[in-house]
Amino acid sequence: MNEMPHGIDAGPPHAATVVARTQESPTIFSLRLRLDDAATQAAYRFAPGQFNMLYLYGVGEVPISIMSDPEERNGIGHAIRMQGRVTHGLASLKPGDKLGLRGPFGRGWPLQEVSGCDIVLVTGGLGCAPVVSVIHYILKRRERFGKLVIIQGVRHAEDLIWHEQYARWAKLPDTQVLVAASEGAAFWPWHVGRVTELFGLANFDPDCAVAMMCGPEGMMRTTADSLLARGLPESRLFLSMERNMQCAVGRCGHCQLGGAFVCRDGPVFNWGAVKSLLEHRAV
Amino acid sequence: MYQRPDHTGFLPLAQLPSLVARLMALGYQCLGPTVENGAIVMREFDAPDGLPRGLQAEQAPGRYRLAQDPYKRYFAWANGPQAIKPQAFAPQESLWRVERDAAGALKFAAMLPAVQPQAIIGVRACDLAALALQDAHFLREGRRDPHYAQRREQLFLVAVQCAEPAATCFCASTGDGPTPTAGYDIALAELADGFVAVAGSAKGEAVLNALNLSAATPQQIEAARQQGQASAAAQTRRLPGHLSPSGGNLREVLLSQPEHPRWDEVAARCLACGNCTAVCPTCFCHAEMDAPSLDGYASEHGRIWDSCFGEAHGHLHGFNVRPDIRSRYRQWLTHKLATWHDQFGRSGCVGCGRCIAWCPVGIDLTEEVAALTASEARP
Repeated sequence: MNEMPHGIDAGPPHAATVVARTQESPTIFSLRLRLDDAATQAAYRFAPGQFNMLYLYGVGEVPISIMSDPEERNGIGHAIRMQGRVTHGLASLKPGDKLGLRGPFGRGWPLQEVSGCDIVLVTGGLGCAPVVSVIHYILKRRERFGKLVIIQGVRHAEDLIWHEQYARWAKLPDTQVLVAASEGAAFWPWHVGRVTELFGLANFDPDCAVAMMCGPEGMMRTTADSLLARGLPESRLFLSMERNMQCAVGRCGHCQLGGAFVCRDGPVFNWGAVKSLLEHRAV
Repeated sequence: MYQRPDHTGFLPLAQLPSLVARLMALGYQCLGPTVENGAIVMREFDAPDGLPRGLQAEQAPGRYRLAQDPYKRYFAWANGPQAIKPQAFAPQESLWRVERDAAGALKFAAMLPAVQPQAIIGVRACDLAALALQDAHFLREGRRDPHYAQRREQLFLVAVQCAEPAATCFCASTGDGPTPTAGYDIALAELADGFVAVAGSAKGEAVLNALNLSAATPQQIEAARQQGQASAAAQTRRLPGHLSPSGGNLREVLLSQPEHPRWDEVAARCLACGNCTAVCPTCFCHAEMDAPSLDGYASEHGRIWDSCFGEAHGHLHGFNVRPDIRSRYRQWLTHKLATWHDQFGRSGCVGCGRCIAWCPVGIDLTEEVAALTASEARP
């Protein structure tokens, strides 16, 4: 893997300001942030798939994937689900409010190495956030890549965010969008059922394709089985892992997975590096 | 790299206080064995002759009792629940601080500990091996932990050879003891009438030189060597497959047995109290948390020792990665003895036996390993 941008170290965070806030769904919102120190903001670089630690004053930090394009200069984008103490607090921030940011951390997707290939993106739930940055990245540099297949599964139809974006992407040339909800709803335009039922429809060349997946581990296991069965070699299958990350620099131990610390050696891994661990429950 | 001088000195028993006095004169806060709540802990002592004599620590699974050493030796106790770890990796400390003004603006500042130079007297070979692993973790190239580094750099370590291993000790089988071989400033081997003393660093050598020790005789050096051999031979526990560079069979066998029925069996006994991780000299997990001030204008972000046996360790938005004790014990043992090799080039166990003695239900790591490696998993 090529060298990933190195972040601000273990702390303290840098002061940042909310530039924009969007409510994406009843429980998901996005925050666009800018570092207050102009020189730090100007020097800030990241790769799609890396994450930041966002600090809510007096409460604590959470790891959040970076969603924006690496070349965007009008702030750093994050999609966040209201889940725990910190994310519920972050949800109440408004443009102009302050928080802390350190990052980026970890290794992102191997986008430099996969030029010319078809790209298959498989996501489940909010797993789409780390991969949305990849979609934006590819669409901005469309000539470098082959076909783009976007596969997204959600449990309930109302969990799907960015409806308009999926509809827009579906109309682009050489781009296929397959969305499934296990439970549909009125006017749901996509498939009702498991996302894995859509793999047969995915149009890509296994001899020249790279797959990237993100979402629940069970979903990623099933996805890997399907893609490998279609002839995709293991070396071109990548996934983004989630674990409890508190320090983000491979020190606090919570995200240890086999011989890796997910925050430092991941969150993006080649399938071969973690498949044996994912075969077992509660590793 | 410091080259060990050929000179091996002899410190007569009655002169031990002059070594301590020398360290105190150099400004070191001196920590040594002290009895506290029925166990030996490392605490500051004020008088050069303040080191206790004649203590022994009888240990067994789930058992630690102090006893009298008939020979009144200074260092006949094998170990206590802690040695060096808290001195370099503080159990709880602040990392940074943030101030918030009335307008909500945030100002962050790093917090570093104010550290006094510390000398620890009575460090064991297993503790030195564990410290080397903590160094590898916290002082990793390019990712130095400034808090750990600040404490670590101030330490002066007086190691002692273990002449009386506890029944829970197995450092000989992990290759980490009982005689200190590296990582100390001064190493002592206690004989009936004094100590064979060698320096392991330039500052250790300077301290010994200032004491004007006579050279140890070949007989004294040989007695210390034989004492180490006898001490190794007296150890009854061992960890199999531990010495091969890649972790040998133990690593492979443990990683290939994630569904072994023994994990269920040990989980039925384990209380998930975390004692083993608290006393383990190589465990480094810590949780981060915020402590906001009551006036609402400042908050300190700190860390506190954490345990992979705790409910919160594997917490992930809405679910727990390791929801049961079986998966947590498996996590601890396979990390310590198997994937530690991938991360640090060696096992994370130094054979100190603390996790055995301080386990309230007496779970014995060596016994669990033997059960896990003895037979293939039943279907």
